[in-house]
Amino acid sequence: MATPTGPEPRWHWTRFLFILPFIAMFWVSSYNRVDPVLFGFPFFYWYQLLWIVLAAAIAGIVYKAEH
Amino acid sequence: MNWPALIVFIALFVFVTGLGFAAARWRAGDLSLLSEWGLGGRRFGTFVTWFLLGGDLYTAYTFIAVPALIYGAGAVGFFAIPYTVIIYPILYLVFPRLWKLSHRNGYVTSSDVVLGQYGNRWLALAVAITGLVATMPYIALQLVGMQVVIGAMGVPGDGLLGDLPLIIAFVILAAFTYTSGLRAPAMIAVVKDVLIYVVVIAVAIWIPYRLGGFEPVFAAVPPAKLLLTPPAADSFGSYSAYATLAMGSALALFLYPHSMTAILSSSSPNAIRRNAALLPAYSLVLGLLALLGFMALALHVGGNPAYADGFKRYGNNFAVPALILETFPGWFAGIAFAAIAIGALVPSAIMSIACANIVSRNLYKGFLRPNATGPEQTAVAKIASLIIKAGALVFIIFVPVPFAIQFQLLGGLWMSQVLPSVVLGLYLRILNGWALLAGWAVGAGLGTWMASTTSFKAAVFTVTFMGTSFPSYIALWALGANIIVSVLLSLLLKPFVAPAAGHAIAAD
Repeated sequence: MATPTGPEPRWHWTRFLFILPFIAMFWVSSYNRVDPVLFGFPFFYWYQLLWIVLAAAIAGIVYKAEH
Repeated sequence: MNWPALIVFIALFVFVTGLGFAAARWRAGDLSLLSEWGLGGRRFGTFVTWFLLGGDLYTAYTFIAVPALIYGAGAVGFFAIPYTVIIYPILYLVFPRLWKLSHRNGYVTSSDVVLGQYGNRWLALAVAITGLVATMPYIALQLVGMQVVIGAMGVPGDGLLGDLPLIIAFVILAAFTYTSGLRAPAMIAVVKDVLIYVVVIAVAIWIPYRLGGFEPVFAAVPPAKLLLTPPAADSFGSYSAYATLAMGSALALFLYPHSMTAILSSSSPNAIRRNAALLPAYSLVLGLLALLGFMALALHVGGNPAYADGFKRYGNNFAVPALILETFPGWFAGIAFAAIAIGALVPSAIMSIACANIVSRNLYKGFLRPNATGPEQTAVAKIASLIIKAGALVFIIFVPVPFAIQFQLLGGLWMSQVLPSVVLGLYLRILNGWALLAGWAVGAGLGTWMASTTSFKAAVFTVTFMGTSFPSYIALWALGANIIVSVLLSLLLKPFVAPAAGHAIAAD
């Protein structure tokens, strides 16, 4: 296990997708509401939880695109 | 005394202790080298890094305090979620770069990075001390998490005898960290996570099932707490406070010594990038855990005389333990409490190792004995890790908890002031060490003053500009001032000083 740093990624335009979670999360007024309710969760709660999944997917997409 | 819980708890604790000592032989390396003891030989792949960073960032204190905040304050406590959404883009974009620089030059701490980049030992000292001061109360707060669950099992909490379980747990922690270094928390983190996932899934399924879905959970929340209070026309009110709390916390997170240690211990930049996609799994767990605060409201644990004593002693931090005691049989409560206590051991171990690395590299080698050999640095680090843990223990036994929380709040805003020195220099070549030091001082000073205007109780400071109010997280105001001073002074100083020497520390 001598220090394998792995292949360096190619810079890929998909990196710009990383701006989306910032915009979504900083735009608080867009999600500070109850409706629509999903599985009993007010929008405020499920929308932010959904962004956890979306942000992870974006990281996955960028990684795939760069490797 | 809740014996079933206590027996399960102790059994799991003993198991983890054995694991901690056995970890020394895992992927054995020469533990007299600091990069072996204090960074696990920089050999942790994607999988181990996932557990290590997960154990590091989602701590026992988080598991207790976030639901407690939701329980007490409602929606605003959910800022932990946007915070964990935006940390991973930052992790993906910035930290592989820092890893490469550190790997090339043998850096172990962020203070090493700063010394290498700017050749300014006073700036490196400022970064080192900031890391130490910010981390100490953080370790102490992990103990609060442990204290609460030990208390929840009915162990009497008063006097020296009440502190005995905590002292025993910490002596064990100190012993296996001393012998095994970073390998111990890395291995224990796996057990901790399995337990946490089991508990969270059980709670998140069982309690809504018992109540008949999530609707009754949210219905129990007073309307004023269910959403953020919409701001008045001339203010950004709760919206800017919410967003800046998330942003400021995210910026500070990876600057903490313990995050840096976990990141630098990974085997490659790609292990870090993959984790930007994989670590959010913990954020979902945190999201479910946060809702435990509302479940505690729905089950009225606060009004239940059985828990009155616990709430009196630990405040809202008792909400989650009370909820678990209310809902589950003793043996399962034991598993849940063990998960929280072990969840305190992992970050405490990593934090104390990270601080020990700083003491050894940046104070001892940096200022006292520049020619210290590798084994000598390791010996110093190991002793420092003991002293740091003893300090945290004394802190929590003798200092009231609210004071520790205020101190941790200040620590967070001081920590973010090293961002220009550690991160900005990766992108901006013009920065000058003295200018960064001035920026750091201005940021820390301004932030401390702003916090003092709220008697060190609130994290938010309101600035009114042209009739509009911007309540924002103090750390961000301070960071703004810091960056302005750092960049402007660097530009002013440019004609007078030679460009940063960029002399690297020998890789040893």
